[in-house]
Parts: sequence; C-alpha cells; structure tokens
Amino acid sequence: MAQIVEKTSIKVRDLSCERGGFVIFDHISFDALPGEVILLRGPNGAGKSTCLSALYGALPPSEGLISIELGDEERSARELIHVIGHVPGVKTTLTVRENLQFWADLYGANADIDKAIDAAGLQPIADSDASILSAGQTRRLALARLLVADRPIWLLDEPTSALDKQGEAWVGTLIAEHAAKGGITIAATHLDIPNVPEDKIKTVIINGASL
Amino acid sequence: MSKNASIDPTPQDLGFFSRIAHPGHFLIWSKRWLVPLTIITVALLLFGTYLAFFNSPADYQQGDTVRIMYVHVPNAWLSQFCYAVMVVASIGSLVWRHPLADVSAKAAAPLGATFTAVALATGALWGAPTWGTFWEWDGRMTSTLVMLFIYLGIIALWRTFEDQARAGRIIAVITLVGAINIPIIKFSVEWWNTLHQPASVFRVDGPTMPMSILLPLFVMFFGFSFLFLLLHFISMRAEILRRRVRALERRNAQRLREQQA
Amino acid sequence: MRAFWALVQRDIKLATRIGGDAMTVLLFYVMVGAIMPFAIGPDKVLLAKLGPAIIWISALLSLLLALDRLFRTDHEDGSLIAMRQARLPLEMIVVAKLLAHWLTNAVPLIVATPLLAILLNLDAGQTLKVILTLLIGTPALVCFGAIGAAVTVTIKRGGLIAPILILPLSIPTLIFGVSALSTGAIETAASSALLFLAGFTLLALVFTPFATALALKMGAE
Repeated sequence: MAQIVEKTSIKVRDLSCERGGFVIFDHISFDALPGEVILLRGPNGAGKSTCLSALYGALPPSEGLISIELGDEERSARELIHVIGHVPGVKTTLTVRENLQFWADLYGANADIDKAIDAAGLQPIADSDASILSAGQTRRLALARLLVADRPIWLLDEPTSALDKQGEAWVGTLIAEHAAKGGITIAATHLDIPNVPEDKIKTVIINGASL
Repeated sequence: MSKNASIDPTPQDLGFFSRIAHPGHFLIWSKRWLVPLTIITVALLLFGTYLAFFNSPADYQQGDTVRIMYVHVPNAWLSQFCYAVMVVASIGSLVWRHPLADVSAKAAAPLGATFTAVALATGALWGAPTWGTFWEWDGRMTSTLVMLFIYLGIIALWRTFEDQARAGRIIAVITLVGAINIPIIKFSVEWWNTLHQPASVFRVDGPTMPMSILLPLFVMFFGFSFLFLLLHFISMRAEILRRRVRALERRNAQRLREQQA
Repeated sequence: MRAFWALVQRDIKLATRIGGDAMTVLLFYVMVGAIMPFAIGPDKVLLAKLGPAIIWISALLSLLLALDRLFRTDHEDGSLIAMRQARLPLEMIVVAKLLAHWLTNAVPLIVATPLLAILLNLDAGQTLKVILTLLIGTPALVCFGAIGAAVTVTIKRGGLIAPILILPLSIPTLIFGVSALSTGAIETAASSALLFLAGFTLLALVFTPFATALALKMGAE
C-alpha cells in the first residue's frame, strides 16, 4: 500500500475559481508531491474552502488546471481522496461504530473499525448513539474516517475546529503519519504540523481575487 | 477568456457564433434590431387583425366567435415554442456553461407563461358559447393548463435562488426533465379525455383550409412570433444589465472590505 | 455492491429510528384519506366510486411531504460530499437512496391501504387492484419527488417549492393509476392503463438517477 501511495501527486497551475459569477480567488499554483503537507492559509472568506472544493472535483475551475497524477493506481481520482469538510457529516441517530462501519462499507475498505475508534479515543462509547458526543468528540469521529479507508490524498477543511489541545496534537500525529507513508495532505488550517520535516511542508496563501 | 463579470471587450479571436453570443456584444447588436423588430411586429399584428375581422369568413356553426382562433392558435403554438427555446438554452447552460444561455432561459420563462395564459383565456372564450361554461376538461386545454403550471414552477424557481449563476444550471436540469415529460403528460391527458369525451370546439383543419382563413392565421402567427423575439431580446438585455449592476455592486463591496482590512 | 446495500441499510436505519419520519408519513396518509369523506359526505356509493382517487391523492400528498428529507440532511451535514468520493458513482448513490426511501415511505402506505379501503367502502377485489397500482405507481412518484428534492436542495426553504415542480410531472401516474381501476363502460381501458402505468414507471426509473445526480452536482458547485 505504501508504494502505491507514493506515486500519487497533484499539480495545480494558475487556478481561479468563481462562485455566483464572482471570482473568489485567482492565480493559485502549487505542486503536492508524495509525503508533503500543503497548508492553505489566508483571511476568512478568501477562498480556502472553495479551493478545496475545486480539488475534490465539486467545483470546476473557471481558469487554470488541476491535474492528479495517478501513477500505478487503478482507482479513479475521486477514490483517491478523503474529504473532511467543515461540517462533520456525523449521523446522530447512528452509533459511533455504525457511523464508521458505513464509511468503511461505502468506501469498500476492510479496515479495523475498532482500531480507528480507539485511535479517536472513543472506545468507551463505541456503541452509543452519536447524539451524546460533544462537539470535539464529533470532530474526532469525523476524522476517524481517515483511518477507516486507505487513501493517498487527504483534503481537510479546518480539521481542528472544536478540538482541544490534545485533539490538535492528535490531528498533527495523524497527518504526520500519513505523510510518512507517502500520502499528501492539503489542509486549510492555522495549525502547525509537528513531526513532519520542514522541507515537506509548503504554505499556500489564498488571499482573494486580484482586482 | 476571462470570465470576470465586468465589461470586457469582445475577444476578436472567437468564431462568428461565439462572438454574437458574447453578452457584451449581444447588448450592442441586439440594440440595433429593436426598432426594426417593433415595426415588423406592429405591422404584422395590425394587418393580421384587419384580415381576421374583415377578410375571413365566419364559421357556419360558431359565427363570429371563431375569429378568436386567430389569437388562440398562434399563442398556443408560441407557448410550446417558448419551451423549446428554454430547452435549447438549458442545453447551452449545461454543456457549454454559456452565460447567455442562462439569461435566455430566464427571459423566456415569463413570456412562455404569458403566451400560455393568453392561449387558455382565448380558448375559454372561444369554447364558452358552445360549452355553456368557461371551462371544459378538453384534452388540449388541459394540457395547456399543465404547461402553465410548469412555467409558473420554473419562474418560482428563478425567484427563489439566491445564487443566480448556479440557478441557471439547476433550472436547466428541471427544464429538460419537463421536456421529456410534457409529451407524456399530453398523451396521458388526451387518453384520459377520450375516456370521458366532452365536445371539442377546436377544429383547425389543416392545409385543406381556404386561403381566407390561412392567410390571417399565418400573418398573426408571424406577428406573434416576432412579438416573442422582440420581447425576448428586451428581456434578455434587461437581465444582462441587471447582472452587471449586481457585479459592480459586489466589486464595490469587496473593495471596501479590502480597504477596511 | 456492498457499498450500495450499506447505503440502503443506513438510510433505512435513519428513517426508522428516532427523528426519522416514516411513522409521520404513514399517519398523514391514513388521516388525509379518512378526512376526505367528511368533505364528501357519507354516501357509500359515492365514496366507493371516488375511493381509488382518494387513495391515490392521499398517497401522492404523503409522498410529497416526505421528499425534502431525501437529500437535505446529507447535503447540509457534508455527508453528500464524502459520499461522492465513494467507488459508487453518484447515480447509484441516488438509486440506493431512492430504494430506501420507497421502502420506508411508500411500502408502509401500501400496507395500510386496506384500512382506507374499508373506510371508503371498496370491496376486496378493488382493494387488491388499488394495492397493485400503488405498487407499480409509487416508484414513479418517488422518482419525481427525488428530482424535485435534488433541484431544491440548495434553497433554504426548498421544501415549499419542490411540490410545485413535482405535481405536474405526477399527472400521468395519477391518471393511469386511477384509470386502472375503472369499472363499467370504460373497463376495457383499465388494462391498458395498467400497462401505461408500468411503462411510465420504468421510464422514470431509468432517467431519474441521471437527472437527480446532475441536479445534485450542479447544486454543489
């Protein structure tokens, strides 16, 4: 698995996105190579979420190019991506375990659900309804999805929102481990990622559209 | 080609059709056509009305009320044609993301609804003497009523969406779904109607009709078609200008935000 | 395939657990059908004649009630975005959700129909026929409901406008569904009505996943 993950890379050239006829940002370019972490930074409303939308294919760019090099991969581009968006996507009438089992089944993965629940620190309440979770625990459950299916590209939109210091550290560890395996992470976050070599971290500033 | 919603100069390297369809260029060349179109429309409608009243025979059964046909039939036809225009525009929106396609579809919807309403009203007036009431669940009238509901639904959608750019493509999907369904709805309504058989008044017989009926019919037909073209252009121009105003307002707001930041 | 059934199963769980509205839709169906006689009068012969129409209209209105839930929660909580990254194409995701929706909303209605049939003075033969037409016709209603729901999912109060879009599209199903129960002089039309009903449902099943997926994609931009 690690070898296949190394072959995937992303190239973004002169990307420009529009929403409602209004240019959100323009002329964004960067490369994301295996093992790298791209941090999207910039003022609120400048377009970080929009950029992620373009990367996972929901929003076609109005200009510019996104290309995902698949390497030896047999899966299509969309199956290589994990998206954890701003809103967690957790169903409160399902249990913690059922939430994750669903994603494992939907993504066709055979991962160990219990291991993922354990990593998220939710083992004691694994069979309780997700409605009892706090905001931080809900975010952990949402992020646990990353551990349930192995995918080389992670797109994270504010992954640490609602998390405490411990939670933030956990996110940092997750990303570092993913990078060590050769995966790519593109995250809109103010967080700094420890345990990843300096040369593997790139910062891309998205600052709205040039007028 | 930059897609900024600002006043761009027409790109000179595009082909003929792309150039005339570019919103900015459309505003320029459509303006030149407004006066000629108005003259043609008024001339045709006046001439057609004259012919309808003074140069065509009354029906041996229905008397003078049959003259309503000269308004009813063109409007009924246009109500269909308008939808066809919306379908073509929808394809343009979905396949090419063409900005003018959105504008065209949005402008056509109220026109289509109006033609349909006029067709219904004139149909009711035409049938009233024979039926004794203003409405009979006649196959064709019922289909026309359903068309009106479909048009009104689409107009309501245009008014509900906040993001008009996205609205164009979503409404394009429902317009195409409607296009597939409309023949089926007509068929089912006609079928339902043959089970219950009320009297039909709408006898417009076809090419065997005498010239005295055909001529006014064609003239009114073209008159109303040019009316549609004229009103469609006017409406599209208004919509393009409206969108530009909004884009400029948003630009201002953004500039203000950046100054204050 | 495992992905497909996992989604069907999840949607069924969500609809039947607390906060799901399978129960509400069923109650609405029975109540609307039971209330109509108050407006029509207790004339048994008249009620039996109108029975199929009353049942069909109650079913149509109940299904309209339920459709906003089809995509709205998944769209708003980010689940739809994550589901699009599955191996399953969006069209199949739509089919899975439609199947779950039909099972949890339409099937209970069909099962409760004999109750209404008794209230409306329909005999056993007619009741069976009504159930058959509902079995064949409700999938088409669910399909058009899905298209309406997908088109309006990005509108905040979209639930109000979706029925307006869906009702005209439901007319053929309504016509053929009720006409399949015709008796008397127009009885020969009944069997062709049933065939048309089935044909129309098949057509709806074929093009709905594509139209719905397209509307959802356009809405996500």
